Amino acid sequence: MIEQLSVDDAAKLIKSESSIMVGGFGNIGNPKQLIDKIADGNATNLTVMANDLGTPNVGLGRWVTENKIKKAIGSYFTYNKDVARKYREGLIELFMMPQGTFAEAIRAGGVGIGGFYTRIGLGTELTEGHETKIIDGIEYVFAKALHADFAILHAKKADELGNLIYDKTARNFNPIMAMAADYCIVEVEEIVPAGSLSPEEIVTPFVFVDALVLVERSCCQHG
Amino acid sequence: MDEELVKIRIARRAAQELPNGSVVNLGVGIPTMVADYLPDGKTIYLQSENGMLGVGPSPTPDAVIPNLINAGRKPVTEIAGTCYFDSAVSFGMIRGGHLDTTIIGGLQVSETGDLANWQVPGKDVLGAGGAMDLVVGAKQVIVATQHTAKDGAPKIVRKCDMPITAYQAVDVLITEYAVFRFDSEGMLLEEITSDITLDELKAITPATYRISPKLVVREV
Repeated sequence: MIEQLSVDDAAKLIKSESSIMVGGFGNIGNPKQLIDKIADGNATNLTVMANDLGTPNVGLGRWVTENKIKKAIGSYFTYNKDVARKYREGLIELFMMPQGTFAEAIRAGGVGIGGFYTRIGLGTELTEGHETKIIDGIEYVFAKALHADFAILHAKKADELGNLIYDKTARNFNPIMAMAADYCIVEVEEIVPAGSLSPEEIVTPFVFVDALVLVERSCCQHG
Repeated sequence: MDEELVKIRIARRAAQELPNGSVVNLGVGIPTMVADYLPDGKTIYLQSENGMLGVGPSPTPDAVIPNLINAGRKPVTEIAGTCYFDSAVSFGMIRGGHLDTTIIGGLQVSETGDLANWQVPGKDVLGAGGAMDLVVGAKQVIVATQHTAKDGAPKIVRKCDMPITAYQAVDVLITEYAVFRFDSEGMLLEEITSDITLDELKAITPATYRISPKLVVREV
């Protein structure tokens, strides 16, 4: 049986200076309650890896408001105008990657691969200074794998072992981030006995998951 | 011409480029409108970078489905046969050449098919999202954009001076006045609308282009 934590206890595991992957895309599929609880806590100087930083004061936008983030690694921070302001003022460091390179770097970090070569972003500002290599006559640019101390994720349902299934486009970065952190905490809306999920429908095998946090079903925040 | 009508004209023309049954990713703005102007009897399958193949139309406000958005963060619906996958698989699909077409907007397109569409100098655009992946990975890249910028500045130029999304990436460029195709020799004007002359088009198009011997004049 996998460890089950309260939102409070799970949030307390995140210490200052930690690196942390956060699932979600445009505030869908993110662990909303864990994010809010960590925003209310003392941890600071976090290195955050997430596709985006939510919207002003919503989702990861709360961490921006509360000055929790030292550095953010992701693909698109434009939704949140606060990020631009803090970036201009030198209060937050950003590392922006093409979204697919970001996703693959997470996957690589989770499956024991140090990095990879891709054609995406070659010659652009987003890969300035990165090593390049010709393979079979085609030029590629290197992308280093990503790994984090923690992943905080969202899933629709878990079984008692920690096997996970997701809901529609709330899946996004969650399954790959589950593989790429030392300690993976998943906020779920339901925990069922082992054997209740069809083995064929499980998306994330329990071996990648360290702790579950059961929350009330949260409603969607579109837009 | 009314801006909305201009956009509809571009979207309608872009929709004609898509073969029946093709798998397509639509960018935000005019590209998203393409799905609304498909010719009768034509079906395409829309991919959304946040992990969905088989994107259906927007729901009515009372029928919004939780946890179901497109890459523009707007509510969408499923079709029969919709599937979901994680972001690495989604971009594997995109980068690996498994999409037939991406239709995307453009800030500048050069005569060699370079595309700039992610960063407006002086504006706060922090990151490219999936734009770079899409224009390098898809088998065919269609840029659907207004011919000139809002301030009248040319968008179809000899060389892009805005930050580049990808080099030599564009296959087809569709504006309210023209359709250009890119080949090994550069840019070819294939189609012009009936409300502009070749000279007028030239005046708003600094890029060097050849004119197809089979040039089509499309009545509008």
